[in-house]
Amino acid sequence: MLCQACKERSATIHLTEIDNGQRSETHLCQQCARQQGLSIKSQIPLDELMNTLLSSQQEKTSQQSKPSITAASDHACPNCGMTLGRFAKTPLLGCAHDYTEFQSELLPLIEQNHNGKSHHCGKVPTRICEHDRNEIERNKLRQQLDQAVKNEDYEAAAKLRDQIQALT
Amino acid sequence: MRPADLCNYPSSWFSGGSNAVSDIVISSRIRLARNVAGYEFLPCLSAERQQELHDRLKEALLSIDLGEKVWCVDIDHTSDVERNLLTERHLISRRHAKGKGPRSVVLAEDESFTAMINEEDHLRMQVYAAGLDLDACWQRLGRIDDLIEEKIDYAFDRQLGYLTACPTNLGTGLRVSVMLHLPALKMTGHIEKFITAAHDCDMAVRGLFGEGTDAVGDFFQLSNQITLGLSEQQIIETFSAVIVPKIIAYETEARKALLSKKPYALDDKIQRALGVLRSAHLISSQEALFLLSNVRLGVNLGRVKDINIATVNELFMLTQPAHLQLRAGKILDADQRDTLRAKIIRTKLNRN
Ligand SMILES: [Zn+2]
Ligand SMILES: [Zn+2]
Repeated sequence: MLCQACKERSATIHLTEIDNGQRSETHLCQQCARQQGLSIKSQIPLDELMNTLLSSQQEKTSQQSKPSITAASDHACPNCGMTLGRFAKTPLLGCAHDYTEFQSELLPLIEQNHNGKSHHCGKVPTRICEHDRNEIERNKLRQQLDQAVKNEDYEAAAKLRDQIQALT
Repeated sequence: MRPADLCNYPSSWFSGGSNAVSDIVISSRIRLARNVAGYEFLPCLSAERQQELHDRLKEALLSIDLGEKVWCVDIDHTSDVERNLLTERHLISRRHAKGKGPRSVVLAEDESFTAMINEEDHLRMQVYAAGLDLDACWQRLGRIDDLIEEKIDYAFDRQLGYLTACPTNLGTGLRVSVMLHLPALKMTGHIEKFITAAHDCDMAVRGLFGEGTDAVGDFFQLSNQITLGLSEQQIIETFSAVIVPKIIAYETEARKALLSKKPYALDDKIQRALGVLRSAHLISSQEALFLLSNVRLGVNLGRVKDINIATVNELFMLTQPAHLQLRAGKILDADQRDTLRAKIIRTKLNRN
């Protein structure tokens, strides 16, 4: 299971809170738990916090047959049946269509994983149409342009700008 | 050819000669993750379709010119120890070894190319080279990828690039790795800085031998984590021109510092390691890795003159658990493995 906060590391700390009869679960990695724990629960002594964590974890394993399903994690891909809830546990998708089906949920995760980037700039299969090929080529040139500007190589930047113009 | 045939000699990517770069960068590897259009990813692929896909990919791989003689190992029908041998030689991943259902690996006889069918993605191909030679790896792998693409339609999206089962591999599907031997950075207490710096550059660091992230014997595998939004050339260039030269420079500096400031302490470590390896009758794989790492440094720095680097490199590979068991031709318990390991090391190191 992935950490809910950073969605990168695997969650090792599982918190269950019951507020007004509403049960909510939080799954965090150690680093994120430390960050959140210190800000939210700084008034609770550490060993007490540890005990809470341990008991909730035991509770969780005994109740594993009844996982909480939210509206978002319940929705299944019509092609392969994958749900976001299942994805969050592995984290593997079920088919190529999932990237379209769960686009709004996956895109922030993808950008976080790839340092804010969301557009392919690399190799393209030969069967891809001219239009898509040009679009990817433009992404690639824009990426190189950013790099050139960052390196203050304005001569190269000017050339890249012309190349991008020529493609549009 | 069978996996067991490999247990008596080292992989070509771990037996390169000795020079200033290959002392530190043992090998380079590039991997591509690809999926076939029209098939679900493995978590949702039925057993029947997995078999069908397996056969299609195997046929495609065996029909193209891979530049080497190739063979195919049906992973589903190999023994545990054979699967472990392939894992120890980095020919398949642990995931592939432990997987289920129809799955194979197609590999070049010299082990410089491997293609896992039905691993986490439908197809994962990798090319190895000894020392630092990422450009050559990419040239070869890119060409193989083109040849497969003539026969197979890959799952591709114009925004996200090559589609992979895990979003962390999207875009290029490219994973560039270098295997590093950094004993001097470890001895001088700078390895944490290297690991932090690697993370800051969005690189992942793993141990080369053994399980988990804890690197045993000062061997590290450094690889990129970002695969989307950069071209293959940019990712490779960052490695070859920026990151790896810096690491080589740091490790070289640390080696020089050890030699100039504490040559006696360095020699003590190296000679003690050699002493234990030449005389021990029981040695665990962890201890062997740790001591062989010190000896490798000694040979590279010219402090040990009567052992050549190929012998040391070979011992790392051949003393791993599955290698020992296939060599012995039977399953060995931990004590028996430690005995055989010590015997092989003693024999090799006392001979020359
Ligand atoms: Zn986290
Ligand atoms: Zn799907």
